[in-house]
Amino acid sequence: MSTLFDKIGGEAAVNAAVDIFYRKVLADDSINHFFETTDMAAQHAKQKSFLTMAFGGPNNYSGEDMRSAHAPLVAKGLNEDHFNAVAGHLQSTLQELSVADELIAEVMNIAASTKDDVLNR
Amino acid sequence: MPTIYFNEQAVECAENESVLDALIRHKIDAPYSCQAGICQTCMLRCSEGEIPADAQSELKPNLRTLGYFLSCQCKPKSDMHVELPDSKQLYVSARLLEKTALSPTVTRLRLQTATPMYYHAGQFINLKRDDGVIRSYSLASLPSEDAFLELHVKRMPGGDLSNWLADHFEVNANIDIEGPVGDCFYSCESTEQPILLVGSSTGLAPLIGVVRDALHRQHTGPIKIYHGAFNQLELYLHQQLTELAAQAPNVEYHSIITGEMQEEVVLKGKGCDQALSENPDLKGWKVYLCGAPAMVKSLQQRVYLSGTAMQDIHTDPFETRDMHKV
Repeated sequence: MSTLFDKIGGEAAVNAAVDIFYRKVLADDSINHFFETTDMAAQHAKQKSFLTMAFGGPNNYSGEDMRSAHAPLVAKGLNEDHFNAVAGHLQSTLQELSVADELIAEVMNIAASTKDDVLNR
Repeated sequence: MPTIYFNEQAVECAENESVLDALIRHKIDAPYSCQAGICQTCMLRCSEGEIPADAQSELKPNLRTLGYFLSCQCKPKSDMHVELPDSKQLYVSARLLEKTALSPTVTRLRLQTATPMYYHAGQFINLKRDDGVIRSYSLASLPSEDAFLELHVKRMPGGDLSNWLADHFEVNANIDIEGPVGDCFYSCESTEQPILLVGSSTGLAPLIGVVRDALHRQHTGPIKIYHGAFNQLELYLHQQLTELAAQAPNVEYHSIITGEMQEEVVLKGKGCDQALSENPDLKGWKVYLCGAPAMVKSLQQRVYLSGTAMQDIHTDPFETRDMHKV
């Protein structure tokens, strides 16, 4: 049985999506201050890991990692609105790439499952 | 807290501290330059212990296998025994063939190695003086056409190696070099892909290498070069680039004079604005950004937001040790 990751198109799909997704995030003034960095390539790589996870692909994330990685952002005011804005960009990225609706729903479920850890609740 | 044994001298490494920072804090004279994981000057070899993956990710596979790692990117989890690189493994000797002043602050060096080095125009090499001072310089020469390695050296205020190279490094003398390093070279998948190149000061050295390589490979897509400098004299390839643009129909050359203000600040604004306003949609382009780090980083983000894929943006920020001096 093929996994969600395979159905979406594996690593090639992640590579296609990450560029569009990260560009949307950086262009969004309501959230881009959380993503500002001196090392864009490293930030781009982080977004790729995130998408790999959301696509159900091989990743090393634990809930604890999610929490500690986002704790400094929560301290700077990261809240549910910001989380939803990022999720929205993820959804529109997948739509732009013509991913099937049922697969998008699965990806959005995985992304939503990280909310409490990301927001440190 | 992990302990670093540098040539068997024990040094405590604080939590979240890099090996390089720990060595500097203990006043150990280890080589370094950019402290940003780019120049590879701070490379050390680990003889015993575990190397964190991040400290090796930018190195060539053969160097990884030999236990080399970047000390500025290495935050050890456990004890490590480390030592300076074996010079014979990394460095080769190069002879100075020719030295020419291109402008009041820029000197062109042409070097030759006994065995030709395999490289791409636009990559950089590290030069090591006999006393161990190491700095990085980009390659403006083209291996298929030039029998020498060409470097453009800019005098840095208080710069240890740059002033020595300009004033005291004589023709026929030798210097150790290591490399090549970096991904700032011509790598277009199609010869029709449009190319934008923006450089400040000697950021032009890798760019001219990339442009010559592109033309050598019969690139037919548009090639747009923007060079920013202090004043007219510092546009040190003005004539050559003007002639090139006149000969090659697909090459455009734009010069930007920044004036006496700090060129990095001016270029970050004006230079970027000009390059981007003249080319607002950069989707599908190949982009090369070299020189002053603030300019490179600001432009990198704006180019990406203008549609260029991340993998098609090649940057070479000239991080210098002097900028990090406390």
